Amino acid sequence: MGAIDCEMMPSNSSSSIEFSGAGIRCIRGERIVFSGLSFAVAAGGALLLCGPNGSGKSSLLRVMAGLLPAASGVLRRDGADIRGDPESHRASLHYVGHLDAVKPVLSVTENLAFWAGMRSSDRNAACLVDGALDRFGLASLGDMPARLLSAGQRRRLNLARLVASQAPLWLLDEPTVALDAVSVKTMVGCIADHRAGGGMVVLATHTDLGIEAASMIALDDFFVTAEETK
Amino acid sequence: MIWRRILIRDLRMSLRQGSDLAMVVMFFVITAALFPFGIGPEPVILARIAAGIVTVCAMLATLLSLDRMFLNDYEDGSLDLMTFTPLPLEAVVLAKVGAHWLLTGLPLIVAAPVLAVLFNLPQDGYATLFAVMVLATPTLSLIGAIGASLTLGARRAGVLVSVLVLPLYIPVLIFAAGAIDAAIMGFPVRPYLLILAALLVAALPLAPWASAAALRQSLN
Repeated sequence: MGAIDCEMMPSNSSSSIEFSGAGIRCIRGERIVFSGLSFAVAAGGALLLCGPNGSGKSSLLRVMAGLLPAASGVLRRDGADIRGDPESHRASLHYVGHLDAVKPVLSVTENLAFWAGMRSSDRNAACLVDGALDRFGLASLGDMPARLLSAGQRRRLNLARLVASQAPLWLLDEPTVALDAVSVKTMVGCIADHRAGGGMVVLATHTDLGIEAASMIALDDFFVTAEETK
Repeated sequence: MIWRRILIRDLRMSLRQGSDLAMVVMFFVITAALFPFGIGPEPVILARIAAGIVTVCAMLATLLSLDRMFLNDYEDGSLDLMTFTPLPLEAVVLAKVGAHWLLTGLPLIVAAPVLAVLFNLPQDGYATLFAVMVLATPTLSLIGAIGASLTLGARRAGVLVSVLVLPLYIPVLIFAAGAIDAAIMGFPVRPYLLILAALLVAALPLAPWASAAALRQSLN
């Protein structure tokens, strides 16, 4: 059980490790989901999490996001333990979970503008929101109440958040669920653009999205059986 | 700025679903209207119990509306995302409590004098009733936020929240009803109002702090 280092981007070889974790153990409901897990993501890097259902991909992402406390281990951002300043860590990441956080009574634009406005100034937000809706093919649905959206459209609206406001770290939990082929391509394009700008991506997925130069963690390697626990 | 955005979003969502808003006031009026049927229409008796009935019913109406403070945002993942803002979770709670008060406390303040007329409340009591409602309803929303966040994800959360929150409402009830009674009987009202104000000032920092701690726990 050792650290799996992320490949550096070829053009970015001087960049330092910006987000890393060492010896992370996660316990859910008195069961150890994984233990001794270490990872590192450099600026412009991507980390893929794979493993069967229940192997702890979502748990690891929630630990990384600071939503779930790790039972042991340290997470570092730019070399500093995130427990020292959890708020600035959280404010500089985007998390996409299983739930779309779309409010049915608000319109598509209002939904996105709310989340975009949490990060940037008013005028800037309006411009970014339009661009993000356009990119995910939702521009023509802007005034529609979100309760009329299909599952795939809701997911696209959730993903548009990533583009509508800036954050250097993206934590994505199976972002392409319910997406059609064109939208998957858009999403992969967004990830590539984000990395080209020095952003980091951690992605849990079952499908091969063809993300270049990404390192990988197989979570079943860190699985702890009941015997080992004793 | 962000604080105001959360407040405005909550207000906008509730106002579009208008029924929520009407329901709380309807509940307030109907529960209070039940008492004359049970006790009998004797004006003297009704005047005597008016203060207690109005404040108790305001508490029950607030209690009824607590579930919508965090539950929707918890269920659709919005609450997760709200922790990723530069705003501390305590401030998010305060924004949501503010929206809750504007949507339930304010209508109750308006409805309370109307109910008091039905109960034949003596004329000297109205100014105090208004002051009491203004001071007590924000405290009810604040204390309620603790219960609402503690019961997120629990089964039968509605019952659990009543058991948790109603005992905490007792001090507010005692001094709210006491103030109105004192006004009617010509005793000084000021001490009661000061205690109600003190409860509000204490709840203002403590309740968001406790509620945010409970939310962090339930987001695990």
